[in-house]
Amino acid sequence: MAVRVRVPTPLRRFTGGEGEVPADGASIRQVIEDLEKRHAGIRERLLDDKGEIRRFVNIYLNGDDVRFLESLNSKVKDGDDISIVPAIAGGR
Amino acid sequence: MSYITSLKCKECGQEYPVAPLHVCETCFGPLEVNYDYAKIRAALTRAKIEARPHNLWRYRELLPVDGEPEVGPNSGFTPLVHCRRLGAELGLKSLYVKDDTVNHPTLSYKDRVVSVAITKAREFGFTTVSCASTGNLATAVAAHAARAGLKGFIFMPEGVEAGKIVGSTIYGAQVIIIRGNYDDVNRLCSEIADKYGWAFVNINLRPYYTEGAKTFGFEIAEQLGWKLPDHIVVPTAGGTILPKVAKAFKELKDVGLVKGPNFKIHSAQAAGSAPVIHALHKGVDLITPVKPDTIAKSIAIGNPADGFYVLRAVRESGGWGDSATDPEIVDAIKLLARTEGIFAEPAGGTTLAVALKLINQGRIKPDETVVVSITGNGYKTLEAVSSAIERPFVIDARLREFDTLFERLGEGKPAAASA
Repeated sequence: MAVRVRVPTPLRRFTGGEGEVPADGASIRQVIEDLEKRHAGIRERLLDDKGEIRRFVNIYLNGDDVRFLESLNSKVKDGDDISIVPAIAGGR
Repeated sequence: MSYITSLKCKECGQEYPVAPLHVCETCFGPLEVNYDYAKIRAALTRAKIEARPHNLWRYRELLPVDGEPEVGPNSGFTPLVHCRRLGAELGLKSLYVKDDTVNHPTLSYKDRVVSVAITKAREFGFTTVSCASTGNLATAVAAHAARAGLKGFIFMPEGVEAGKIVGSTIYGAQVIIIRGNYDDVNRLCSEIADKYGWAFVNINLRPYYTEGAKTFGFEIAEQLGWKLPDHIVVPTAGGTILPKVAKAFKELKDVGLVKGPNFKIHSAQAAGSAPVIHALHKGVDLITPVKPDTIAKSIAIGNPADGFYVLRAVRESGGWGDSATDPEIVDAIKLLARTEGIFAEPAGGTTLAVALKLINQGRIKPDETVVVSITGNGYKTLEAVSSAIERPFVIDARLREFDTLFERLGEGKPAAASA
């Protein structure tokens, strides 16, 4: 499945400054593995040492927080829209 | 003269220069302002603070600004109201409300954080300030931006109260409504901040912005006669204010301005948006996001950025927390209005309703000093209570009609009949 992933500023040094990059995979976990192949070092920024999404990382699949879906096992389709966003924001 | 030394990651400790940054590049943890407390301790005294104007800048050494603050000259230093009538109903002698319903100029605690954020935005040379907001923050950013001569862009989720939209647009800010909830708006704004290079007060200026919330705590301590309360109940949405009030109390101790007692800090959430309370009651660190559903829109955040720090501050202090249902929130708003003449927004009703629970649970004792944090004004959220109040009577302009009505109301005979 070919998808586009939006990458926040703190991760762009892994993507050569690009804010949006292509990736492949049938689940969020596979997409992250593919990102790691293309941009070495990025996985460690997204997942903790237990392989879970880090506390301060939010990943959105077509606008939905993947924690509301099946987290890393959420299914990904061709053309899906994935965003990585730092959790630290807000305060109404 | 500045007392800030750097920004520092709260998680991994990595340090960064003082810049518009909010996320650690290594671990995505939040950045926090680092001060030279030894220097502050030497520079700051009670007398020096007391001699300054009654605004939030009287604690400027403990705030992250460099020069003379230019924003919010009338913000902060809101009343700490000793609630004798409400206290009597609840069996408490020393019950206080910290009343930010009358903060200048937009009637909520957001005037504090925005004063600090926009002062900092000007120091950094930004010309556009922006925010993701459900309302109170929006009106504060719009008003302070207007007075500072900056362009304002305000992003809100659909469904916020009409008054908050009008109350932002009136100041000349560009208001944009996003189809989605607050968390959707927040996500979009993180992406816009990255792309457009604006000062988002609650995103890239967040380390500075959140420091402004400490002034709520500084003022309480000063207004209690340089003492800390035994208990303070604070609403929790994104999780900014509660840890910052705890930090304020600790800083005052650290720089020698107050001694004790050891305060307990308690968190209040609406039952329809209580992810932090769920984690607190379960005894876990992991906060599972929820989809908010409550009349308390100003605290309807399902995925609180700083929720973890709320848990930590509550647990470290030996405090607790609870949630309140929508009917409990409305009842508490009416109780505060009826006994103390203060009209709070639903976030304030939530906080008082939870304070009542903590009293009933025996966690707050009758002889202890308690502060209930009221962070926003009920006049902005009339929709939340309008269906729960009695309708007025309508009569003709004839004395006989009023006499009949008065009798029907069971109020007895007129006290002083004309003789």
